[in-house]
Amino acid sequence: MTDSPTVQKPIQETKTGRAAAGPVKWLDERVRLATLVKVFGRKVFPDHPTFLLGEIALWSFVVLLLSGTFLTFWFIPSQGEVIYNGSYAPLRGLEMSEAYASTLDLSFDVRGGLLMRQIHHWSAMLFIAAITIHMLRMFFTGAFRRPREINWLIGVTIFMLVIVEGFAGYSLPDDLLSGTGLRIAEGLMRSIPIVGAYISYFVFGGEFPGDALVARLYIVHVLLIPGILLALITLHLILVFYHKHTQWPGAGRTENNVVGPPMLPIYAAKAGGFFFIVFGVTTVMSALFQINAVWNYGPYNPAEVTAGSQPDWYMGWLEGGLRIMPNWESTIFGWTFSWNIFVPGVLLFGVLLTVLAIYPFVERWVTGDDREHHLLQRPRNAPIRTSLGVAGITAYGLLWAAGGNDILAVWFHLSIYEITWFMRFAVFIGPVIAFIVTKRICIGLQRKDRDIVLHGFESGIITRSPDGEYTERHQPVSPVEAYRLSEHERVSVAELPEEFDENGVRAPVRRVDKVRAKASHFYFADVVNKPTRAELEEAQHHGDGEHAELEAAEDEGFTGVTETGVPKST
Amino acid sequence: MSDEDRPDELARGGGELEPVGDPIPDPGLPEEFPRPTDVDPALERRAELQVAGAFGLATLLTLGFCVAYFAIPKEKTIFGWDASNFTLGMTLGGALLLIGAGAVQWARQLMHNEEIVEERHPIESPEEDREIALDMITVSAAESELGRRKMIRNSLLGSLAVLGLPAVIVLRDLGPIPSDEELRRTVWVKGMRVVNDVAGTPIRASDLEIGQLVNAQPAVLVPTGDPEKDKAIGVLHGVELLDAKARAAVILVRMVPDEINPPPGREDWGVNGILCYSKICTHVGCPISLWEHQTHKVLCPCHQSTFDLADGGKVTFGPAHRPLPQLQLGVDAEGYLIAMGDFVDPVGPSYPQMERD
Repeated sequence: MTDSPTVQKPIQETKTGRAAAGPVKWLDERVRLATLVKVFGRKVFPDHPTFLLGEIALWSFVVLLLSGTFLTFWFIPSQGEVIYNGSYAPLRGLEMSEAYASTLDLSFDVRGGLLMRQIHHWSAMLFIAAITIHMLRMFFTGAFRRPREINWLIGVTIFMLVIVEGFAGYSLPDDLLSGTGLRIAEGLMRSIPIVGAYISYFVFGGEFPGDALVARLYIVHVLLIPGILLALITLHLILVFYHKHTQWPGAGRTENNVVGPPMLPIYAAKAGGFFFIVFGVTTVMSALFQINAVWNYGPYNPAEVTAGSQPDWYMGWLEGGLRIMPNWESTIFGWTFSWNIFVPGVLLFGVLLTVLAIYPFVERWVTGDDREHHLLQRPRNAPIRTSLGVAGITAYGLLWAAGGNDILAVWFHLSIYEITWFMRFAVFIGPVIAFIVTKRICIGLQRKDRDIVLHGFESGIITRSPDGEYTERHQPVSPVEAYRLSEHERVSVAELPEEFDENGVRAPVRRVDKVRAKASHFYFADVVNKPTRAELEEAQHHGDGEHAELEAAEDEGFTGVTETGVPKST
Repeated sequence: MSDEDRPDELARGGGELEPVGDPIPDPGLPEEFPRPTDVDPALERRAELQVAGAFGLATLLTLGFCVAYFAIPKEKTIFGWDASNFTLGMTLGGALLLIGAGAVQWARQLMHNEEIVEERHPIESPEEDREIALDMITVSAAESELGRRKMIRNSLLGSLAVLGLPAVIVLRDLGPIPSDEELRRTVWVKGMRVVNDVAGTPIRASDLEIGQLVNAQPAVLVPTGDPEKDKAIGVLHGVELLDAKARAAVILVRMVPDEINPPPGREDWGVNGILCYSKICTHVGCPISLWEHQTHKVLCPCHQSTFDLADGGKVTFGPAHRPLPQLQLGVDAEGYLIAMGDFVDPVGPSYPQMERD
């Protein structure tokens, strides 16, 4: 540990302190400021690069609020027709909506307007990406376990809202690309069983495209959803404060403590500085990389479309589902059911949100683990969860790739029909393969950890014995490292309750117990547990006597070495 | 959990107990080593200069932003880039980045960086608090007589529940209820000319070559540029135009008559091998635009539904279910292509009551 900084004069005795004393006292008498500082001033925040993901999301949200507010000063949310007369010559004299015309003015006639538009769009992309990866981090490390299930659900709700929010923003400029997106959204609404056409008419105020939607989406985009998001994000952060942040396990880090730098000054400087970094990176990206150049697309015209139309990235997987779904449609009692649209376009999103929302509760039911957890799990130590997550990512990734099947076809000179057929199967087979492969990798890594704890790490030093045999020397790892590799919990498959109790009376096993036993088997049967103390002592003893044993082995007949290079015991 | 709950054995998954420190006892927090800046004054000085330098440069860049805002005209470009956007973004972005980097560097290299340990306490309330809370609720339930005065309680719950109704009902006027007729109808009527969708010029059968596809519209949807003429035709504008276009847009295609395999009853819907189909995809409504004239197929660029125009607009690939609706063509007295009526099949994406009467 470093030396304490030079002891300073108490703050209240310095010049600044004396100057501030009055106002601070005034505040304290009204909001109990000193108690707030006492509670939060030295609150501990564990450090890890992955803990920055949530911060990227948070700061992107701030950037979105700032840049979005700027845009509202010029943007006109109206589909009223005007003749464009601004600076962009190629579109001059064209009939277009006020929304599109004002977006062009923002891009060409308001200084800094294009920069702000691009900052807003880039940070929206970054915001949703950061939220998504942040959520994956929570999933893979088991951070959703008690007591954080509610915060997980808040997070899933935020995830859903930002996708809707992003799509609403994408639709506002009323250019050809955004209009095409709305056209598709209208098709999705129509596919909702029984009430689809009504929903479409209610949303659009009548026929598509109508002239009501931009104004409606605008208030949803700038007030309704951001307001809800602001409330949910605040709640999310309050719970993080309340629960105290999770931490990675390691020497000295337990379920009963939290280790890291304090809020003041280190965390405040780092997190505060990080806001500027996120804002800065977004701004530099907006200076260098063009995004959503609406002037290239022209005003919305329902009879036109550009080839290679792509939605923003977070809609790509739903777009892929729409593209690869077989063209099933059926008529039942006279009602038309467009499964080809409803299943990938509406149901799939619902399925994803439902699976995300219920997963913590399913896992808790299967594992029977209802204890509080503040130490994160290394993904390898929850092989089935990790594999399920990777399978989910694979399905998402394949659907996303399918959403660009036309781009893939052009780039790789492939047949678009073959890509589509491939994807139709791949979205089902790919996740299964990913699951199996990930599970094997996790178990392999668990086995490696176990070997390192038992036998030490492979030193790379090869020893040749007098009779010519080569062995690699294993060296023990430090206690800190050995603890890190073996601090996790041992798991076992939950057994079915005995069918006969101690008095020999038959207690029927409920079906739910059987399902649970099967699920427990699925979760835990293949897990490689860390060694026990007895196993460790045995291995250490074995290691001390390695050479003696080698010689003994010679007499008894050498039977080869194990995977880790240790002679097999006979 | 308090220490009393944690003797030398811990409950693990499945309720089994295992000894603490198995197999390796917690060695405790490792010692923190001083950073190079803690022990080497030269490095410390260098870090200090880095941080102050970053903040100083950030100030200059921010001032640069202010100058660039006024100095660079909006329309100026450098190497094809928008000069104003580039300069404003790089100065502002650079300033923000430097402030951020400076603050982080300060925290990492210079601020006292000792990790501290804070205790956690179980999230659940202590037993004592729970009892107090339950007592309070019991008392307030008794004081409000909520349990005793069931009539009041139930009537209150009922009155609150029906408040949900107005919240839904007031949204009724968001849009009209679509009638089946409205969902099906387009602006096509018998005798309306089929015109080129850019210039608005009427089309003669002889204007199309074999294998050619033309994007077309009903005459009322394309302004001709001549207000008198537009008025005579009744050309629509603004939202009416867009609404009508979203359903009435068509494609004209000319094929060798022998290659056309019309569905029964549609043998005479074409003119000299020219057929007219809806341009709006029956999947989710994108305008279909990619024409492969050798195979007579059109492909929707949005989701790749493929329709065979020589075979009644049948779907040959992709997620669309229904064939492209066909418009019956005729020729007027002046020899221009006209519609012989509206579409028979619904145009655009399917909807639930499509097949109902």
